[in-house]
This record gives sequence, C-alpha cells and structure tokens, in this order.
Amino acid sequence: MYLTPLQTLVMILAIALGTALTRFLPFLLFPQDKEPPRFIRDLTRLLPPAVMGLLVVYCLKGVTLTAAPYGIPELIGVAVTAALHLWRRNTLLSIAAGTVVYMVLVQLIFV
Amino acid sequence: MNTSPRLRALRAAFPHTVPVLTGYLVLGIAYGLLMQTKGYGPLWSGLMSAIAFGGSMQYAAIALLTTVFDPLQAFLLSLMVNARHLFYGVSMLQKYAGLGALRPFLIYWLTDETFSVLCTVKVPEGVERGPFYFWVSFLDYCYWVGGTLIGGLFGSLLTFNTTGMDFALTALFVVLFIEQLKGRQQRISGVIGLVCTVIALAVFGADRMVIAAMVLILVCLLAGRRKLCT
Repeated sequence: MYLTPLQTLVMILAIALGTALTRFLPFLLFPQDKEPPRFIRDLTRLLPPAVMGLLVVYCLKGVTLTAAPYGIPELIGVAVTAALHLWRRNTLLSIAAGTVVYMVLVQLIFV
Repeated sequence: MNTSPRLRALRAAFPHTVPVLTGYLVLGIAYGLLMQTKGYGPLWSGLMSAIAFGGSMQYAAIALLTTVFDPLQAFLLSLMVNARHLFYGVSMLQKYAGLGALRPFLIYWLTDETFSVLCTVKVPEGVERGPFYFWVSFLDYCYWVGGTLIGGLFGSLLTFNTTGMDFALTALFVVLFIEQLKGRQQRISGVIGLVCTVIALAVFGADRMVIAAMVLILVCLLAGRRKLCT
C-alpha cells in the first residue's frame, strides 16, 4: 500500500461521493412531486434505446480492428447473440450462447 | 401474508439478473484479485465496491490509490467516468416516482446493467413494481460486492479459465438494445445512439469517448424530439 489507511479511506469516500452524485443529480433536479419540463419528459422516452446503443459500442471500445484477431471474435459473438435473439427472443439463451461462443473463440481458436 | 408478494417479486426478478450475475462475478472477482495484488485486501476492495459502487471507476481508481494522495482529483474523475449515470436518472424519473423509502436505494444501485434491465423488461403481472425493481437492483449489487470479496479472499485459487466470460455483459446490452427497438421512434433513437458513440470513439478514442458521445446524443435527440415525440 502506498497511501496510509486514513488517506485510502478519504479517497474511497471522495470516489463514492462523485459516483453517488452522478446517480442522484437528476432526481434532485427534478423532484417527483413536480412535473418535469417537456424536454425532460421527451428525453425520458427517447434516451433508453440511444443509451443501449452507447453501451454496446462502449463494451466493444477496446477492440483493435487493425491487428489480429481484427475484432473477429467480438463480431461473431455479437452476431450469434443478435441472430439468436431475433430468432427465438429468449434473453438468457441468446446471452449464454453468445458468451460461450465468444469464450471458445478467445480461449481455443484466436489465442 | 407479508412475505408472499415479496417472494413473488424475487422469483420474478432473479431470472432477469442471471446474465448480470455471470458478468459481475467475473469482473468483481477480477477486481478483488487485482486490488489484492496491489496490497489492498478484501476489506478494502469490499468497502470500495460497497460504497463507491461503479465498476469502471473502481478499476480506474486503482491507479489513484497507488500514487500521490489527491482526493479532489479522485472526486472529479469519478464524476466524469460516471457521467453516463445522469442519462439513467433522467430515464428513470417516472419509473422510480412514488416508491417511497425504496427510491434512494434504487437510485444508489443504478448501474449500466441494472438500468438497462429495468428500463427494458416489463414488470410481470401480479408483481408489484417496487419490490421487483428492488430485487433486480439489490441482487445486482450483491453480485458485484460478493464477487469482489470472493476475488479478494480466494481469487488466487481459481483455476477455471474465465477469459471471455465478461462478454456476458456485452451480450446483455446487445439483447436489450434489440428489445428496445420496438416502434419507429425507438429505432431512430437507437441508431442515433450507435452512430453518435461510434463517431465519439473514432474522434476522441476509447478513453475519452463517453462524455462526447453523451453530448452528441443529447444534441441529436433534443434537435429531433419534436419530430420524434408527436
């Protein structure tokens, strides 16, 4: 350990405070007993699909396309998950199959 | 009488958390193990996971814990790394309204995964929304803290090759993204989210993409909201 225990505790509290603030801020700005402005209500409806798109890309941000394995395991993993889900609409099945295929690819094939 | 609706909510909630269980256990164990190798045992890593709950920032914080003491920098960095939570809050304003004492806990436990599940799945019939939201959030929280403790305590004993198992979370977002695309308005918004984030990634790189992507998405949605929300 490089910091003293007290310093570590202060660091953890500082990070906890920052993290909690990002979660609570919208609820503090728009309290539940008041109707939020129109643009916020629009965003409440519009944001979820956009955020899910953001999160998919965010998960794949570390993939390198210019060097082996060129993101092929990720491409196949995502394709298997998406295709299976469009076909069967079974969340757990899609995720399990996509994950197992990906694990096989990165552990056995693209090593 | 009192336990039965709660138990029903738990039973309805658990299957929705299984992919998160997989991902959080793997990443939580990896986190506990990594903290252990930096000299922070399960008590420290567990405390961090329990109160500064937020995966990517906790990984980033390892570097901050092993350098000069600077809590202000840590606070500001956690604001930036976790800025995406602002979107989750705005999306959940109505869903979490009127839930009384549960509400602060639901807000505190909001993560990428919990938010994605709760804003996509419908609360099953015969189950109250409050307890259902509570169980999904609380279980996910327990998986993360539990994974951290396991990693700190026993991580070095693991021999099973978990490489690639955290892809469960990527797959979860892919599935929930597809589930979100019902109706024209949602499809347009989903494409905006994908395109804006790819642009942000290409322009700003992997480490600085999130806030840029959020700003781009916000601009596009606010510019198009009157057309989209008619």
